Amino acid sequence: VCIHRVRSCSGIRFIKSKYVCVFDKSALKFSHQQRLFRTSPVSCGQIVQFKLSDIGEGITEVTVKEWYIKEGDSVSQFDSICEVQSDKASVTITSRYDGVIRKLHYSIDDIAFVGKPLVDIEIDASKGVAPEEDVVETPPMSHEEHTHQEIKGHKTLATPAVRRLAMENNIKLSEVVGTGKDNRILKEDILNYLAKQTGAILPPSPKAEIVPPLRKTEAVPAAPKDKAHRIPVPVSRPIAFSGKDKTEPVTGFQKAMVKTMSAALKIPHFGYSDEIDLTQLVQLREELKPLAEIRGVKLSFMPFFIKAASLGLLQYPILNASLDENCQNVTYKASHNIGVAMDTEQGLIVPNVKNVQVCSVFDIAVELNRLQSLGSAGQLGTSDLTGGTFTLSNIGTIGGTYAKPVILPPEVAIGALGKIQVLPRFNGKGEVFKAQIMNVSWSADHRIIDGATMARFSNLWKSYLENPALMLLDLK
Amino acid sequence: MVLQSLKNCLWLSCVLRTPKACFWSTASGGLIIQSVSNDVYQNLAVEDWIHDHMDLEKQQILFLWRNSPAVVIGRHQNPWQECNLRLLRQKNIKLARRRSGGGTVYHDLGNINLTFFTTRKKYERMGNLKLIVKALKALRPQLDVHVTDRYDILLDRQYKISGTAAKLGRANAYHHCTLLCNADKFVLSSVLRSPYKGLKSNATPSVPASVKNLFEEDPSLTSEMLLDAIAKEYAVQHQIDHHVTLINPADETLLPGISNKTKELQTWEWVYGKTPKFSVSTCLKISYKDSVIDVKVNMDVKHGKIEVCNIDLPEQWLPPGLYNELVKNLTGSKFCPNETTTLVTTLLRVCPQDDELHSRWSLLCENMIRLM
Repeated sequence: VCIHRVRSCSGIRFIKSKYVCVFDKSALKFSHQQRLFRTSPVSCGQIVQFKLSDIGEGITEVTVKEWYIKEGDSVSQFDSICEVQSDKASVTITSRYDGVIRKLHYSIDDIAFVGKPLVDIEIDASKGVAPEEDVVETPPMSHEEHTHQEIKGHKTLATPAVRRLAMENNIKLSEVVGTGKDNRILKEDILNYLAKQTGAILPPSPKAEIVPPLRKTEAVPAAPKDKAHRIPVPVSRPIAFSGKDKTEPVTGFQKAMVKTMSAALKIPHFGYSDEIDLTQLVQLREELKPLAEIRGVKLSFMPFFIKAASLGLLQYPILNASLDENCQNVTYKASHNIGVAMDTEQGLIVPNVKNVQVCSVFDIAVELNRLQSLGSAGQLGTSDLTGGTFTLSNIGTIGGTYAKPVILPPEVAIGALGKIQVLPRFNGKGEVFKAQIMNVSWSADHRIIDGATMARFSNLWKSYLENPALMLLDLK
Repeated sequence: MVLQSLKNCLWLSCVLRTPKACFWSTASGGLIIQSVSNDVYQNLAVEDWIHDHMDLEKQQILFLWRNSPAVVIGRHQNPWQECNLRLLRQKNIKLARRRSGGGTVYHDLGNINLTFFTTRKKYERMGNLKLIVKALKALRPQLDVHVTDRYDILLDRQYKISGTAAKLGRANAYHHCTLLCNADKFVLSSVLRSPYKGLKSNATPSVPASVKNLFEEDPSLTSEMLLDAIAKEYAVQHQIDHHVTLINPADETLLPGISNKTKELQTWEWVYGKTPKFSVSTCLKISYKDSVIDVKVNMDVKHGKIEVCNIDLPEQWLPPGLYNELVKNLTGSKFCPNETTTLVTTLLRVCPQDDELHSRWSLLCENMIRLM
């Protein structure tokens, strides 16, 4: 394993002369030690029985509530091993040694006894171990002590991985401020220190990437006193972050979305987009907003968009229909239950406003307020989330102009609204004026809806919004 | 009582150029601090921070805090067993899991919280509680208050006015307790009553007790007076100045890393996910059309997620394909009403479009959701 490292190191030297593989002897030896007891299945160290220490107040037994490690895990000194409880007190037991867990003496909910073994830890043979002492807690480190960087001993409060990172980047642990438990130095502290030195913006969590060599000429924002500190040399080796990929199963709501979206993409979509001049609507809303507020309701643009859509659906009911599984029958839905896509912590959810065809713009606003507050509290009910027949997605509140929305089965159409932008347009007289422009992108099921129908619906919807007085004429 | 504001301290610290050191290290053997926030998560985060970062060899700390309405469960408890989660959600009452052991309590501004920070060696709960009783008696000598061997404080020998919990770490420890001054007892009893049936778990159960507010005993008492009296007694016993320093739990410079701690306390993974493994075994009585059908439900929940899900439906009540889809999707999903609602309504989109089917599905799912 060691040899492999050196070989790859020289390989790098040949291929990329810019990068110099600098592994000084102590680092190599150190990492060798780490590898040895991590990968070797054969026990080569001394097994120590770590006993449950005194809890105080004369307590002799506790209940084991949670294990933070399992057999085979590596632990460093001060890592949490388990949580035990005794009479309203919850106690975190931390490891006294660096090593590998070889045996857990108790299961969850077992009673553990003070002074009896809790876990068996295999300690690296070369380090040796202090003779059996019942744990009298060592006092927390005072500020002076952790300036001593002792790689072999345990005085520095930093795990072996952190120490190696510091060494690879030529950083003295004494110069790094630790923000972990007992002023322990964490990986983030090393990264922050590096960022300050070079002015580079390092990613917040370590990722497996190679950062280009740091140049001396790069701005160093640190105070003049840092001149004495080491700044990485111009021809330096890449900083490799030892991040790991994280794999999680797809569960719950996400899993259901996978199924729905897979079904959705089986629908042959076609798109149709247009630009709407909302100048008049913007003005109208400005007038109506305070009146709605007096009634205790927040009035956005959505109630207008929704009502206009419903008026359009009255003329083109096929857009408010549903095609059955075998594509044998089309059901024209009587209710216009218009869904409004909402972005929540969980993801995209689509509650719908029921029976828009008999609601006023104000009614819709009230209902939207209710759905929005329930949505952000995570309290929407099943009836709010089912029965939708047509959907509008106001992605423009986040950003964007054009979109290619995906139809939500069992519906057959969906519209995505871009953000409202102030743009120059020509009026009838050929003059340039300030217009409030919003783009809409429709998607529809091409099995039962044709382009012309979609276009005509869109034009009607557009006319209602560009000239709100027209809505008044057709209101039911 | 002199309240030394943080501003003064910071001004002083600017002069000395060591802000943290100035605030935290006093020449004396103790420090009394009070939170300016009523957010339960922020205040719990302060406790975590002090526990993790402070050297308590030379000085002990008393932390005073109050929260806006919240239910706080112990480290190893089961929120479904302990409180009415539905009611909490409706009333917008927060749910927090603390790091110390013990039982469930209800907090509002009529309840004060006291945390005694010491090194692990100096951890001693009885002494702290006796200090509180001494302070109360000094304030109102006629009060009949005493400490039980369960570390409760009783009023008139029967009403619990304070509950205790503790956390021990490697080097430090803290003991915290509540004190009922003028809390809303009606809300307290309704939120601390769990409606969930059929739960089986090894989580620490709470021991219910009759409670009373000190205010009921003596209406002239206020939370401020009690806080002051206790701070005074602490100051006397630790031979320090009787002044209380205000602390802002959102101050990242004073408490580096505190916002991460606050965030962690609010994650679903901590509040619900840390519930010890439990099982739900119950029979739903679903009235459908003119009859009532019995549906046996058995679920195992681990880390707050449904590990195993068994629903015993009458044959063909739901088409088998659909039934399997429901069970498959519930498995691995969070035992959470919101997650389940969005899950089942999303799945409904790809079910055959049949009104009868949809109403059965919705009915079954709504009943399942009520278990959460």
